[in-house]
Amino acid sequence: MSTVTAPQPAPTAQAPVGPAVQARIAWRGPVLYLVVALISLVFFSLLTPGEDTTRFMVSTRDDFVEIAPFAVPSRATALVLSVVALALALWATRLTTQRRKVPTWVPILFGGLVLLAFLVWVMAGNTNALPLTILLTGALTLSVPLIFGSLAGLLCERSGIINIAIEGQLLGGAFLAVVVASLTDNPYAGLVAAPVAGALVGAVLVLFAVRYRIDQIIVGVVLNVLVVGVTNYLFSTVLTQNPQSLNSPPRLPTLPIPVLSQIPVIGPVLFDHSLIVYLMYVAVAVLQVMVFRSRWGLRMRAVGEHPKAADTVGIKVNLTRVRNSILGGAVAGLGGAALVSAGLAFTKELTSGKGYIALAAMILGRWSPKGALAASLLFGFADSLRQVLNNLGSPVPSQFLAMLPYLATIFAVAGLVGRVRAPAAEGIPYVK
Amino acid sequence: MTATESLVAPSAAPPPAPAPGERRSYLQQVLDSSWVTITFAILMALVASSVLIAAANAEVQAAAGYFFSRPGDLLGAAWSSVFDAYSTLFRGAVFDYEATGLRRVRPITETMTASVPLIFAGLGLAVGFRSGLFNIGAQGQVLVGAAGATFVGITFALPPVVHLVLAVLAAFVIGALWAGIAGFLKARTGANEVIVTIMLNSIAFYLVSYLLTTSLLRQGGSRPISPAVAQTATYPLLLGPGFRLHLGFVVALLAAVAVWWLMERSVLGFRFRAVGANQSAARTAGIKVNLVFVLVMLVAGGLAGLGGAAQVLGTDKSLQASTAGSIGFDAITVALLGRSTPLGTVLAALLFGALRAGSPLMQTSAGTPIDIVQVIQATIVLLIAAPPLVRELSLVHRLAALFGYKSQEARS
Repeated sequence: MSTVTAPQPAPTAQAPVGPAVQARIAWRGPVLYLVVALISLVFFSLLTPGEDTTRFMVSTRDDFVEIAPFAVPSRATALVLSVVALALALWATRLTTQRRKVPTWVPILFGGLVLLAFLVWVMAGNTNALPLTILLTGALTLSVPLIFGSLAGLLCERSGIINIAIEGQLLGGAFLAVVVASLTDNPYAGLVAAPVAGALVGAVLVLFAVRYRIDQIIVGVVLNVLVVGVTNYLFSTVLTQNPQSLNSPPRLPTLPIPVLSQIPVIGPVLFDHSLIVYLMYVAVAVLQVMVFRSRWGLRMRAVGEHPKAADTVGIKVNLTRVRNSILGGAVAGLGGAALVSAGLAFTKELTSGKGYIALAAMILGRWSPKGALAASLLFGFADSLRQVLNNLGSPVPSQFLAMLPYLATIFAVAGLVGRVRAPAAEGIPYVK
Repeated sequence: MTATESLVAPSAAPPPAPAPGERRSYLQQVLDSSWVTITFAILMALVASSVLIAAANAEVQAAAGYFFSRPGDLLGAAWSSVFDAYSTLFRGAVFDYEATGLRRVRPITETMTASVPLIFAGLGLAVGFRSGLFNIGAQGQVLVGAAGATFVGITFALPPVVHLVLAVLAAFVIGALWAGIAGFLKARTGANEVIVTIMLNSIAFYLVSYLLTTSLLRQGGSRPISPAVAQTATYPLLLGPGFRLHLGFVVALLAAVAVWWLMERSVLGFRFRAVGANQSAARTAGIKVNLVFVLVMLVAGGLAGLGGAAQVLGTDKSLQASTAGSIGFDAITVALLGRSTPLGTVLAALLFGALRAGSPLMQTSAGTPIDIVQVIQATIVLLIAAPPLVRELSLVHRLAALFGYKSQEARS
C-alpha cells in the first residue's frame, strides 16, 4: 500500500512518491461515542446503589391493551445498556480506524441506549413509576410546533432567505388561531386562520429581504420584536377587555385512528391525536419528497445554492424566494396553531423561544424535513422529560434538563456530530 | 458572512456619484441624509403606533359605532387618546410639567438611568456588528455579567471603591468569557455565531435560574432572588437620594469614548473593522481573522456584562432570573438604530431608555399598555434599516419630487 500509489493521483507536488495521501481520520465522532458511553457506564450504572429498582408504566387505564407497570433492577439494567453502548462505540471506533463509514443506525441506537440508561438512573429508587407513554406522547405533542417551525425555516433557507422570524410567525399564528377560534367557536377556523398570520410575517420578511435587500437576520430579529410587541399590546388591550369572546378557544378534538390507535404503546403515542398532528405527518412526508424529488424542490434548491445559475436557466430567483417565504410563514403559522390546539388561552410571549429552537432543529436536521422531524422530536422529548420529572422528582435539577436542547444545538453547529452546511446563497440578496 | 455592511455606518451605501460637473442640490443632500431618514422613521413609527393606540381605546371604539352620523367624534376621541398616551410618555420620560419642584426633572434622570445597560450592551453589539459578527447573545451576556457582579457584591466584604471595582471587573470578565465561547467556536469550528449566541442566551437563563436556587447566589430566603449587594459594591448615586441616577451612567459614557478610541484610533480596532469589511482581504493582509473573532466577542461580551453590572449594582441591587429583562434584545435595536457608532448608540440608548422610563406612567395615566413601546422600537428599526422605504412613504419626499428631488433609486 505504501509503494503503489498509481490509482490515486498525488494531490501535492512535494510528494510524488510515498504513502497514499488520504483524508485525515475524523476522530471527533468515535471519541464522542466513547466518552458518552463511559459516562453512562460510570455514572448511570456503577454509581447507582445496587438495591434500587426503576419502575416503568407503559399504559394508562383508558388504553385498549392494558399492561401492568413493571420494575427492573436499576444497576443491572443500566449496566447492560451501557455495556452495549460501549461495545457500539468501540465498533464505531474500529470502523473509523479502518476508514469505513459508520452506518446511520449506529448513532440512533447509541443515543437510544444511553437515553434509556439515563432514564433508569434518573428514576432509580423512585417510588413513582415512569409513565413511558405519557412521556412519549408529550414529546410528540411538544415537538409539533417545532417541526412546523423548522419546516418553515427550511422552506425559506433552501431558497436562500434566512428565516429568523420563525418565532414571530409561530406567535402570530397562535394569536390569530386563538382569536378566530374563539370568535367562531370553531377550532378548525383557527387552524385555517393561523397560516394567514404566519404568511403575513413571512411576506414582510421577504419584502424587506428581496425588495430592499436588508440583512435578513436583522429583519428577522426585528420582526420578532414587532410581533411580540403587537400581540402583547393587543393582548393587554383587546383580549383582556373581552376574554370570554376573544380568548377562550375551544379544544381541537382528538381523532383516534381506528385499529392503529389500539396498538399498545405505539397506538396512543402516534395515532390518538388531533388533526394538527396528522397534518404534521403529512407535511413532513410530502416535503421530504417534494424538496428532494420534485421539479419544484430542485428549483428551490438551485435558487438557494446558486441563484445565478438558476436564473440563467430561466428560474425566477426572487419570485421563488417570495413564494417560498410566504409558504414557509404559513407553515410556521400552523405550528402556532399547534401550540394552542389544546384549547389554551393566549398569553404574552406564548412561544417563549420555541421559534429559535425550531431554527436550531432545522440546522441540526441539516435542512431536510426528515432531519427536522428527528431533531424536533429530540427537543420535544427533552421538554417532555423535564415536565414528567418535575412531577416525579429527580436528582437532576430541572434547569439542566431545560438546557439540554440548547447544548445539543451548540454541539451540533460546532460540528461535533458532523459538519453542517447551509445553502450556499443563503442570506445574500440576488441582484441581476 | 452576509452583508452586514448596511448597518456599519450611515455612509456605508454612498449615494451614486453625481455626473462630472453636476453638483447635488442642497435639497437633494438634505433629503438623502441619514439624519432625515432617522427622524422620519421615528415620526412614522409614532404615527403607526398611534393607530394601535387609538384602535384599542374604548371611547374611540364607541365613537366608531356611530361614525357615519358624527365622524368628528371619532377623530376627536382618537386624537385625545393618542395625545394622552404620547404626552404622558413625554411626562414620564423627559419633563413632568404637571409636577412641582425638583420632581419635574426626575423623569429625564430616569431616562438616563434606564439607558445605562442599553448603552453598555449596545456598544458591545456595535463592536460585533462592525467586525462582521452578528451577536444576538447580549441577553445572556448581560445576565451572566449581572450574576458575576452579584456574586462579588454579596460574598465579599471589602472597602468601598475596591469592592465596586472588583464587582464590575467580575461582570466584565464573566460576560467576556460567556461571549468568548461563541467566538472560540466560530474561530475553531466555524459555528455560526447567530445560532450559538441565541442558544447561549437560553443556557444563561437556566444557569442563573439554577444558581439562584443554590447557596452561591441565594444565601437563604425562599424566593429565587439574591440578597441585596453590599452598600460598598453599589454604584454611588449622582444626584442624591431623590434620584436613581448612578455613577454607572458616567462609566457608560466613558465606555462609549473607549469604544470610539478602540474602533477608530487603535490598531486592534482597525483589524476588527478590516475583518468586518472583508474577511478574505483581511486574511490576505495577514490579520489573524480567527483571533479577531475571539477578541471581538470578548470585548462585546465584556461590555454587555458591564450592562448587567450596572443593572444590579446601580438600579436593582439584587439579582433575579428576570434581571436582564429585554435589555439584550433592546440593545440589538439600539445598536442598529445607532448605526453601530458609539455616539449613535448612546443617543439611541437614550431614546429607548426614554421609552422604557416613560411607559409606566403612560400605562397608569393614559391606560396605554407598556407593550406599545416594543412596537414603536421595532417599527423604528425596521424603517431605518430600509431608507428607500422611508423615502417612499414620506410625504415630504413626495412633495420634494415636484421640485426636482430624485430619490437614490430613481437616479441609479
